[in-house]
Amino acid sequence: MNANSFVSIYDVSKEKIIELLESAKRFEENPNQNLLHGKIVATLFFEPSTRTRLSFETAVNRLGGRVIGFSDASTTSSSKGETLKDTITMVSGYADLIIMRHYLDGAARYASEISPIPIINAGDGSNQHPSQTMLDLYSIFKTQGTLENLNICMVGDLKYGRTVHSLLMALSKFNPTFRFVAPEELKMPLEYKIFCDNNNINYSEHTDLMEVINEADILYMTRVQRERFIDLMEYEKVKNCYILKNKMLDHTKENIKVLHPLPRVNEIETDVDSNPKAYYFQQARNGVFARQAIICDVLGIK
Amino acid sequence: MNKKELLVAGLQNGTVIDHIPSDRLFKVVSMLKLDTLSNPITIGNNLMSKKSGTKGIIKVTDKYFEKNEIDRIALIAPHAKLNRIANYEVVEKKELELPDELIDIVKCANPKCICNNEPMASRFDVIDKKNIVVKCHYCEKDLQKDDIVLL
Repeated sequence: MNANSFVSIYDVSKEKIIELLESAKRFEENPNQNLLHGKIVATLFFEPSTRTRLSFETAVNRLGGRVIGFSDASTTSSSKGETLKDTITMVSGYADLIIMRHYLDGAARYASEISPIPIINAGDGSNQHPSQTMLDLYSIFKTQGTLENLNICMVGDLKYGRTVHSLLMALSKFNPTFRFVAPEELKMPLEYKIFCDNNNINYSEHTDLMEVINEADILYMTRVQRERFIDLMEYEKVKNCYILKNKMLDHTKENIKVLHPLPRVNEIETDVDSNPKAYYFQQARNGVFARQAIICDVLGIK
Repeated sequence: MNKKELLVAGLQNGTVIDHIPSDRLFKVVSMLKLDTLSNPITIGNNLMSKKSGTKGIIKVTDKYFEKNEIDRIALIAPHAKLNRIANYEVVEKKELELPDELIDIVKCANPKCICNNEPMASRFDVIDKKNIVVKCHYCEKDLQKDDIVLL
């Protein structure tokens, strides 16, 4: 087992979050640094995720490291029935760091218990995606100058949206005000509302985005995913309810930024893209710097 | 013997599990697989309890339970009392308490959890001992008392 793994945002303290954000800022100022010279990083993607993999591989390449790995488990021995334990044990003999995406919940935690080298969780099923949370936090920090006392409006699929749950838990350390905007079927799960109650975090629930959009510092949009619905009639009913149009931003605060974990389908109209309040593409770019910070942290490189 | 107090015979050696809630007694019996033992066993249920309504009791001759089994009993019947008897004397008496961590005892309800898909032990943190709420160490999902299924 390796104590330096980056598995769950719940393990990361407020101090560590701030340290990683400051490190990400330094990487943005100076992205090409030869800190991983001579190191091999394995990217094991048991399920495909183009953006996350390219972002991690860009981060490694900018740090001068080399990458081995696969982007689709169907070409690996796990499709022949090899256990995750055997795959991790084998790869940890080759590389200095494993960055893993897996379709099963908890796979990264288990891998970190087996592996003698650090594991970075690049998404485990519907459970955690902590590097996404770090890049969300970095985007908020960079555009607002702080993480403290912000009004965060989360929109769309708040029930299954793993990114909003992780972001909620991480921001809860910084005295936020949350506005949850979702259709009845996709409301924020009770356990997160209980968490807010227990931690004296101000929140309210809405079905109409216009009720709260003008007080928001951050508008965090998510995709209502078709594959989340058992009943496709339900999907058809709600899929167009939470679409952001450019004119909806007219009376919003000057400092507001629109974030989205991407891929976007139609929940943000394309005319929003040129609005200076839109920030989702820069947000994706920030992922490289946030991931450079995480990689150096788990390897103990200052 | 006073026939009005039909007493269960005392144990020479073995274990008495007392103060099991009546609605949990047969769950404990089945979980401990007492039907597979050939030792003398006495099971009583719906007996008057001084503390609260009725209770169940199990006496098993020549049997001492392992920690793993005791943790399972604690999950089903918290506050039951376990007495170890040796040579007609109570040598150990304890009220059951849930440990902080349950290893290879609870089945994770999430079919997509790694622990249901790899040859490995499940691992749960007990996050609320009073209401019996446990959290999977791997997929981080909570299980409430009534949803807990034992392995």
